[in-house]
Amino acid sequence: MGGGGGGGDSSEDTAVELGDEPHVLAVDDNLIDRKLVEKLLKNSSCKVTTAENALRALDYLGLGNETLEGTVSKVNLIITDYCMPGMTGYELLKKIKESSVLKEVPVVIMSSENIPTRISQCLEEGAKMFMLKPLKQSDVKQLKWHLMKCRN
Amino acid sequence: MRRQLAIMRKSLFDQGHLDEQFIELEELQDDANPNFVEEVVALYFRDSARLILNMEQALEGKPFDFNKLDGYMHQFKGSSTSIGAKKVKAESTLFREYCRSGNAEGCVRAFQQLKKEYGTLRKKLEAYFQLARQTGPMETASRPK
Repeated sequence: MGGGGGGGDSSEDTAVELGDEPHVLAVDDNLIDRKLVEKLLKNSSCKVTTAENALRALDYLGLGNETLEGTVSKVNLIITDYCMPGMTGYELLKKIKESSVLKEVPVVIMSSENIPTRISQCLEEGAKMFMLKPLKQSDVKQLKWHLMKCRN
Repeated sequence: MRRQLAIMRKSLFDQGHLDEQFIELEELQDDANPNFVEEVVALYFRDSARLILNMEQALEGKPFDFNKLDGYMHQFKGSSTSIGAKKVKAESTLFREYCRSGNAEGCVRAFQQLKKEYGTLRKKLEAYFQLARQTGPMETASRPK
Protein backbone atom coordinates (compact mmCIF):
# COMPACT_ATOMS: atom_id res chain seq x y z
CA MET A 1 0.00 0.00 0.00
CA GLY A 2 1.66 3.22 -1.17
CA GLY A 3 2.43 6.13 1.07
CA GLY A 4 1.05 9.62 0.76
CA GLY A 5 -2.74 9.75 1.07
CA GLY A 6 -3.38 11.54 4.29
CA GLY A 7 -6.49 11.77 6.36
CA GLY A 8 -7.95 9.37 8.86
CA ASP A 9 -10.85 8.20 6.73
CA SER A 10 -10.24 4.97 4.94
CA SER A 11 -12.71 6.11 2.32
CA GLU A 12 -12.87 2.71 0.73
CA ASP A 13 -16.48 3.34 -0.05
CA THR A 14 -15.78 6.69 -1.69
CA ALA A 15 -12.60 5.82 -3.55
CA VAL A 16 -13.40 5.63 -7.19
CA GLU A 17 -11.55 3.22 -9.39
CA LEU A 18 -11.45 5.64 -12.25
CA GLY A 19 -8.56 4.23 -14.19
CA ASP A 20 -7.76 6.24 -17.27
CA GLU A 21 -11.18 7.24 -18.44
CA PRO A 22 -13.98 7.41 -15.90
CA HIS A 23 -17.41 6.82 -17.30
CA VAL A 24 -19.78 9.63 -16.40
CA LEU A 25 -23.54 9.72 -16.80
CA ALA A 26 -24.68 13.33 -17.26
CA VAL A 27 -28.38 14.06 -16.80
CA ASP A 28 -29.91 17.36 -17.89
CA ASP A 29 -33.14 18.27 -19.65
CA ASN A 30 -31.56 21.31 -21.32
CA LEU A 31 -30.07 20.47 -24.70
CA ILE A 32 -27.38 23.16 -24.66
CA ASP A 33 -26.31 22.27 -21.13
CA ARG A 34 -26.09 18.60 -22.07
CA LYS A 35 -23.80 19.43 -24.95
CA LEU A 36 -21.66 21.65 -22.75
CA VAL A 37 -21.29 19.23 -19.87
CA GLU A 38 -20.43 16.50 -22.32
CA LYS A 39 -17.63 18.58 -23.82
CA LEU A 40 -16.38 19.67 -20.42
CA LEU A 41 -16.17 16.06 -19.30
CA LYS A 42 -14.58 14.84 -22.52
CA ASN A 43 -11.97 17.57 -22.20
CA SER A 44 -11.18 16.05 -18.80
CA SER A 45 -10.70 12.64 -20.38
CA CYS A 46 -13.99 11.16 -19.30
CA LYS A 47 -16.19 8.83 -21.26
CA VAL A 48 -19.65 10.42 -21.30
CA THR A 49 -23.19 9.17 -21.63
CA THR A 50 -25.96 11.75 -21.49
CA ALA A 51 -29.60 11.37 -20.49
CA GLU A 52 -32.31 13.96 -21.00
CA ASN A 53 -34.28 13.14 -17.88
CA ALA A 54 -34.17 11.13 -14.67
CA LEU A 55 -36.25 8.24 -15.97
CA ARG A 56 -33.92 7.68 -18.91
CA ALA A 57 -31.02 7.86 -16.47
CA LEU A 58 -32.60 5.21 -14.27
CA ASP A 59 -33.18 2.97 -17.27
CA TYR A 60 -29.53 3.33 -18.23
CA LEU A 61 -28.42 2.57 -14.70
CA GLY A 62 -30.54 -0.54 -14.55
CA LEU A 63 -33.06 0.82 -12.08
CA GLY A 64 -35.78 1.72 -14.52
CA ASN A 65 -38.81 -0.08 -15.82
CA GLU A 66 -37.46 -0.11 -19.31
CA THR A 67 -34.08 -1.62 -18.56
CA LEU A 68 -33.31 -4.45 -20.89
CA GLU A 69 -31.54 -7.53 -19.69
CA GLY A 70 -27.78 -7.27 -20.12
CA THR A 71 -27.67 -3.57 -20.96
CA VAL A 72 -26.72 -2.21 -17.55
CA SER A 73 -23.61 -0.11 -17.85
CA LYS A 74 -21.11 0.64 -15.19
CA VAL A 75 -20.68 4.32 -14.43
CA ASN A 76 -18.15 5.89 -12.13
CA LEU A 77 -19.94 9.18 -11.59
CA ILE A 78 -23.40 10.62 -12.09
CA ILE A 79 -23.81 14.34 -12.59
CA THR A 80 -27.35 15.60 -12.73
CA ASP A 81 -29.27 18.82 -12.99
CA TYR A 82 -31.57 19.56 -10.07
CA CYS A 83 -34.54 21.11 -11.89
CA MET A 84 -35.95 18.61 -14.32
CA PRO A 85 -39.54 17.93 -15.30
CA GLY A 86 -41.05 14.78 -13.85
CA MET A 87 -38.42 13.46 -11.50
CA THR A 88 -36.00 16.04 -10.13
CA GLY A 89 -32.26 15.52 -9.69
CA TYR A 90 -32.88 15.27 -5.97
CA GLU A 91 -35.38 12.46 -6.44
CA LEU A 92 -32.96 10.73 -8.79
CA LEU A 93 -30.26 11.05 -6.14
CA LYS A 94 -32.54 9.40 -3.60
CA LYS A 95 -33.31 6.51 -5.92
CA ILE A 96 -29.62 5.94 -6.54
CA LYS A 97 -28.80 6.03 -2.84
CA GLU A 98 -31.60 3.56 -2.13
CA SER A 99 -30.12 1.07 -4.55
CA SER A 100 -27.77 -1.51 -3.08
CA VAL A 101 -26.04 -1.76 -6.46
CA LEU A 102 -25.58 1.93 -7.12
CA LYS A 103 -25.41 3.69 -3.78
CA GLU A 104 -21.60 3.84 -3.87
CA VAL A 105 -21.57 5.75 -7.15
CA PRO A 106 -20.82 9.41 -6.43
CA VAL A 107 -23.59 11.77 -7.47
CA VAL A 108 -23.04 15.45 -8.20
CA ILE A 109 -25.97 17.84 -8.40
CA MET A 110 -25.90 20.94 -10.63
CA SER A 111 -28.22 23.89 -10.45
CA SER A 112 -28.50 27.35 -11.92
CA GLU A 113 -29.98 28.52 -8.63
CA ASN A 114 -27.95 29.10 -5.52
CA ILE A 115 -30.41 28.07 -2.81
CA PRO A 116 -28.72 27.08 0.47
CA THR A 117 -31.59 24.84 1.64
CA ARG A 118 -31.50 23.04 -1.69
CA ILE A 119 -27.77 22.53 -1.39
CA SER A 120 -27.88 21.15 2.13
CA GLN A 121 -30.84 18.95 1.24
CA CYS A 122 -28.83 17.34 -1.55
CA LEU A 123 -25.66 16.96 0.48
CA GLU A 124 -27.61 15.43 3.35
CA GLU A 125 -29.12 12.93 0.96
CA GLY A 126 -25.63 11.88 -0.06
CA ALA A 127 -24.66 14.03 -3.01
CA LYS A 128 -20.90 14.27 -3.28
CA MET A 129 -20.95 17.85 -4.46
CA PHE A 130 -23.27 20.61 -5.47
CA MET A 131 -22.18 22.76 -8.39
CA LEU A 132 -23.56 25.97 -9.79
CA LYS A 133 -24.32 26.23 -13.47
CA PRO A 134 -22.97 27.09 -15.87
CA LEU A 135 -20.09 24.77 -15.13
CA LYS A 136 -16.62 25.92 -16.04
CA GLN A 137 -13.62 23.87 -17.08
CA SER A 138 -11.98 24.62 -13.76
CA ASP A 139 -15.03 23.20 -11.94
CA VAL A 140 -14.88 19.93 -13.83
CA LYS A 141 -11.13 19.57 -13.40
CA GLN A 142 -11.53 20.17 -9.69
CA LEU A 143 -14.37 17.67 -9.58
CA LYS A 144 -12.32 14.99 -11.27
CA TRP A 145 -9.34 15.64 -9.01
CA HIS A 146 -11.57 15.53 -5.97
CA LEU A 147 -13.11 12.22 -6.90
CA MET A 148 -10.07 10.36 -8.06
CA LYS A 149 -8.00 8.49 -5.53
CA CYS A 150 -4.84 8.52 -7.55
CA ARG A 151 -2.47 5.65 -7.19
CA ASN A 152 0.78 7.52 -7.91
CA MET B 1 -10.11 40.19 -42.05
CA ARG B 2 -8.74 38.69 -38.89
CA ARG B 3 -8.50 42.17 -37.43
CA GLN B 4 -12.08 42.85 -38.45
CA LEU B 5 -13.12 39.66 -36.71
CA ALA B 6 -11.31 40.69 -33.54
CA ILE B 7 -13.01 44.08 -33.60
CA MET B 8 -16.39 42.45 -34.06
CA ARG B 9 -15.73 40.09 -31.20
CA LYS B 10 -14.59 42.87 -28.91
CA SER B 11 -17.66 44.94 -29.63
CA LEU B 12 -19.93 42.03 -28.71
CA PHE B 13 -18.39 42.09 -25.25
CA ASP B 14 -18.10 45.87 -24.94
CA GLN B 15 -21.75 46.34 -25.88
CA GLY B 16 -22.77 43.82 -23.26
CA HIS B 17 -24.21 41.20 -25.59
CA LEU B 18 -21.78 38.56 -24.37
CA ASP B 19 -20.14 37.82 -21.05
CA GLU B 20 -17.22 35.66 -19.90
CA GLN B 21 -19.23 32.47 -20.30
CA PHE B 22 -18.78 32.85 -24.07
CA ILE B 23 -15.03 32.79 -23.47
CA GLU B 24 -15.48 29.54 -21.54
CA LEU B 25 -17.08 28.12 -24.70
CA GLU B 26 -14.20 29.35 -26.83
CA GLU B 27 -11.77 27.64 -24.49
CA LEU B 28 -13.60 24.36 -24.91
CA GLN B 29 -12.99 24.49 -28.65
CA ASP B 30 -10.07 22.38 -29.81
CA ASP B 31 -8.70 20.57 -32.84
CA ALA B 32 -11.11 17.71 -32.27
CA ASN B 33 -14.05 20.15 -32.29
CA PRO B 34 -12.85 23.21 -34.23
CA ASN B 35 -16.37 24.58 -34.71
CA PHE B 36 -17.64 23.87 -31.25
CA VAL B 37 -18.70 27.42 -30.39
CA GLU B 38 -20.55 27.92 -33.64
CA GLU B 39 -22.28 24.55 -33.19
CA VAL B 40 -23.42 25.32 -29.67
CA VAL B 41 -24.64 28.76 -30.68
CA ALA B 42 -26.53 27.33 -33.65
CA LEU B 43 -28.08 24.75 -31.36
CA TYR B 44 -29.04 27.52 -28.95
CA PHE B 45 -30.84 29.53 -31.62
CA ARG B 46 -32.64 26.46 -32.91
CA ASP B 47 -33.75 25.40 -29.47
CA SER B 48 -34.64 28.93 -28.40
CA ALA B 49 -36.82 29.51 -31.44
CA ARG B 50 -38.99 26.68 -30.20
CA LEU B 51 -39.18 28.11 -26.69
CA ILE B 52 -39.98 31.60 -27.95
CA LEU B 53 -42.80 30.20 -30.04
CA ASN B 54 -44.16 28.36 -27.00
CA MET B 55 -44.00 31.53 -24.96
CA GLU B 56 -45.71 33.56 -27.65
CA GLN B 57 -48.54 31.06 -27.73
CA ALA B 58 -48.77 31.06 -23.97
CA LEU B 59 -48.97 34.85 -24.01
CA GLU B 60 -51.96 34.70 -26.30
CA GLY B 61 -54.11 32.81 -23.86
CA LYS B 62 -56.03 34.76 -21.26
CA PRO B 63 -55.51 34.65 -18.37
CA PHE B 64 -51.82 33.85 -18.50
CA ASP B 65 -50.59 30.57 -17.18
CA PHE B 66 -47.71 32.09 -15.25
CA ASN B 67 -46.36 28.74 -14.16
CA LYS B 68 -46.12 27.54 -17.72
CA LEU B 69 -44.52 30.79 -18.84
CA ASP B 70 -42.02 30.65 -16.02
CA GLY B 71 -41.20 27.08 -16.93
CA TYR B 72 -40.40 28.01 -20.52
CA MET B 73 -38.39 31.01 -19.40
CA HIS B 74 -36.41 28.89 -16.95
CA GLN B 75 -35.25 26.78 -19.89
CA PHE B 76 -34.60 29.79 -22.08
CA LYS B 77 -32.69 31.62 -19.39
CA GLY B 78 -30.62 28.51 -18.69
CA SER B 79 -29.54 28.14 -22.30
CA SER B 80 -28.90 31.86 -22.68
CA THR B 81 -26.73 31.85 -19.58
CA SER B 82 -24.80 28.85 -20.83
CA ILE B 83 -23.74 30.54 -24.03
CA GLY B 84 -22.95 33.85 -22.35
CA ALA B 85 -25.85 35.84 -23.78
CA LYS B 86 -25.67 38.63 -21.21
CA LYS B 87 -28.48 40.97 -22.26
CA VAL B 88 -30.85 38.16 -23.15
CA LYS B 89 -30.20 36.59 -19.75
CA ALA B 90 -30.99 39.88 -18.01
CA GLU B 91 -34.27 40.24 -19.89
CA SER B 92 -35.17 36.65 -19.02
CA THR B 93 -34.59 37.37 -15.34
CA LEU B 94 -36.87 40.39 -15.53
CA PHE B 95 -39.55 38.39 -17.27
CA ARG B 96 -39.42 35.71 -14.58
CA GLU B 97 -39.82 38.35 -11.89
CA TYR B 98 -43.00 39.59 -13.57
CA CYS B 99 -44.20 35.99 -13.89
CA ARG B 100 -43.65 35.31 -10.24
CA SER B 101 -45.51 38.41 -9.20
CA GLY B 102 -48.32 37.67 -11.64
CA ASN B 103 -47.79 40.89 -13.54
CA ALA B 104 -49.27 40.24 -16.97
CA GLU B 105 -48.48 43.64 -18.46
CA GLY B 106 -44.94 43.43 -17.20
CA CYS B 107 -44.58 40.02 -18.82
CA VAL B 108 -45.76 41.27 -22.18
CA ARG B 109 -43.41 44.26 -22.10
CA ALA B 110 -40.47 42.19 -20.90
CA PHE B 111 -41.08 39.63 -23.59
CA GLN B 112 -41.06 42.27 -26.33
CA GLN B 113 -37.79 43.63 -25.01
CA LEU B 114 -36.37 40.14 -24.75
CA LYS B 115 -37.24 39.34 -28.35
CA LYS B 116 -35.57 42.55 -29.43
CA GLU B 117 -32.32 41.72 -27.62
CA TYR B 118 -32.46 38.15 -28.83
CA GLY B 119 -32.94 39.29 -32.43
CA THR B 120 -30.00 41.67 -32.17
CA LEU B 121 -27.78 38.98 -30.70
CA ARG B 122 -28.76 36.52 -33.36
CA LYS B 123 -27.93 38.93 -36.18
CA LYS B 124 -24.60 39.90 -34.65
CA LEU B 125 -23.53 36.33 -33.94
CA GLU B 126 -24.54 35.15 -37.38
CA ALA B 127 -22.41 37.91 -38.92
CA TYR B 128 -19.56 37.06 -36.57
CA PHE B 129 -19.50 33.37 -37.42
CA GLN B 130 -19.89 34.05 -41.10
CA LEU B 131 -16.79 36.22 -41.00
CA ALA B 132 -15.01 33.68 -38.81
CA ARG B 133 -15.62 30.99 -41.40
CA GLN B 134 -14.23 33.22 -44.15
CA THR B 135 -11.23 34.08 -42.05
CA GLY B 136 -10.37 30.45 -41.59
CA PRO B 137 -9.00 28.56 -38.60
CA MET B 138 -6.98 30.40 -35.99
CA GLU B 139 -3.27 30.68 -36.70
CA THR B 140 -2.22 29.04 -33.48
CA ALA B 141 -3.56 25.70 -34.64
CA SER B 142 -1.22 25.51 -37.61
CA ARG B 143 1.84 27.27 -36.31
CA PRO B 144 4.59 24.78 -35.54
CA LYS B 145 6.11 24.98 -32.07
